[in-house]
Amino acid sequence: MSSALLVAALREPKSVAALDGSGWNALIAAARAERLIGTLALRIGAALAPDAVRPILTDARLDAEREARQALWEADRAAEALGGPVLLLKGTAYVAAGLKAGEGRFIGDLDILAPRERMDEVEAGLHAAGWEWVKQDDYDDAYYRQWMHELPPMIHRERDRMIDVHHTILPLTARQTPDARALMEDAVAITDRLSVLSPEDMVCHSVAHLLADGDLAGGLRNLWDIHCLLDNVDAERLGVRAKRHGIGRHVAQAQRLAAALYGGGRRQRLTVWDRLVIGRLLARDDWGRETRKLLRFAFYIRSHWLRMPPTMLARHLFTKWRKGHRPV
Amino acid sequence: MRHQLSLKIGPATFRIGSAWRQPVAQLAQLYADYPQVSGEIADFTVRLEPAGAFRRWVRPSIFITGDHGLADAAPMSLIHGLLAAEMGMNLQMALGWRRHLLLHASSVEKDGRALVMTGESGSGKSTLAAQLGERGWRLMGDEFALLDLVTGSVFPFPRLISLKNEAIGVVAGETPGERMGPLLKGTAKGDIRHLVPRADAVARMGEGAKPALLLFPRFGHAAEVRPVGQGEVFMRLTQASTNYVALGESGFRALTRFVQDVPARAIDFPSGEAAVALVERLWDELA
Repeated sequence: MSSALLVAALREPKSVAALDGSGWNALIAAARAERLIGTLALRIGAALAPDAVRPILTDARLDAEREARQALWEADRAAEALGGPVLLLKGTAYVAAGLKAGEGRFIGDLDILAPRERMDEVEAGLHAAGWEWVKQDDYDDAYYRQWMHELPPMIHRERDRMIDVHHTILPLTARQTPDARALMEDAVAITDRLSVLSPEDMVCHSVAHLLADGDLAGGLRNLWDIHCLLDNVDAERLGVRAKRHGIGRHVAQAQRLAAALYGGGRRQRLTVWDRLVIGRLLARDDWGRETRKLLRFAFYIRSHWLRMPPTMLARHLFTKWRKGHRPV
Repeated sequence: MRHQLSLKIGPATFRIGSAWRQPVAQLAQLYADYPQVSGEIADFTVRLEPAGAFRRWVRPSIFITGDHGLADAAPMSLIHGLLAAEMGMNLQMALGWRRHLLLHASSVEKDGRALVMTGESGSGKSTLAAQLGERGWRLMGDEFALLDLVTGSVFPFPRLISLKNEAIGVVAGETPGERMGPLLKGTAKGDIRHLVPRADAVARMGEGAKPALLLFPRFGHAAEVRPVGQGEVFMRLTQASTNYVALGESGFRALTRFVQDVPARAIDFPSGEAAVALVERLWDELA
């Protein structure tokens, strides 16, 4: 199980000293598949890696540096397009704020948060600056606009980079209703054009994304984010914020999971549900392939179940199925 | 994975896993004289997986993926498994290699200096490299030329040469049969047959050379040689590179240097014989 190797290497970099050739191959395959190779490269110093691995890690580090540079440039372009400060989320926010969670992190799209009542304005501003819709499908478009926590994704026509404009952190149909206004009110300015969520809200957002919404794809990386972000929070404040956003239970579980997989020291007691989630998070083999198809599928179904009420889910899945979409 | 093999080609080591025996057995046979690296740490993992739940057995269909994958890559038939494996290695290099500037080009070497040839698929660069490789030049590769980011040397990546359609007959005519792979009929690019590079190309695959001439060949036209301006060369090479953007400043510096130091010409030719004669003449004049 190569994900377990990856988790061990991130938790305790010295553990890689025991790896043989096939162990390293499995570790590298898992780290690439989970998009944690840059993070791994920074955790393992050159001294711990055999000669054949060192250039692989150097490449990963350089890729992460380039991604960080590109991400900050995209954030700057978005601020320019919107004529004012942008509130950054996820990877770009971690890099902009110089947080440990941003070190070596893979950064895909640019995620920003803006008030729902300003969506038309934001959309028009981005459109004028060269961002275009990715999805041409009317059903998808309408679905996003009516029910999702974000606009349909846009892509810049010259730079080929995606932007996700969020107005809150969970779909509007989800059972929990995070307080988007509070997120924005407590944001912290990084420069005169960029701001990020407060440390506690960053954890809440990351947890909501991992446990209250997602099917846990890319979960090892999200959990690593949470593990790093937890270093910066005030435990009491975190509790208050989590409750306010309606995800207290999820934050508590994320803390248990992060401690179990990435934390040193004494482990907390894990529930059966925790163990199932860990089973899902570690479902990858020595070739970087996904394993435990049934468990993955169950989590996929569950992510939809959590997102919307049953009759709406049935209608949605039927429409998607008719259009030829097949899960997993 | 059920069947596996590790290969070292130029500076890169690949770990190839397959759900089927056939592609791995064919690779093992054609790469038999390459260095043995089984069990070593690989730069890339390549996977040949069934394209769907039952596609291992029923109308077997190969999905090519690995460390770096393309979600929309079209699956391939198992009878083209060897090609799938070769494409898998290309895909990993194209998407993941950072230690050189990758130029989608063929290259050959003589007297320590390299001739680099780039152009669209079908321009004749592979065939020309294969022919030169059979006639006194050292073949460095027909897919990627690896440009060193610091020294400006070009390094080889001598995988099997993929000959397409008419080129198969042309090259097979002057090559011993044991160095030719099976004929793969009806692939997305027509018929394909692989050629194993000569022993010297394999033995010297770690050895770079100073680039001395860049050609943009074009097959199927009356023989002609045209100069190409540095600005155009630069633009065409950025388009021929899969990792130019990813390398950032170091890629820009390497490419600038290459364009400034290496004379470039566009050449048209009606046949392989004409092309070889043209190249030999330009080499003597310019390189």
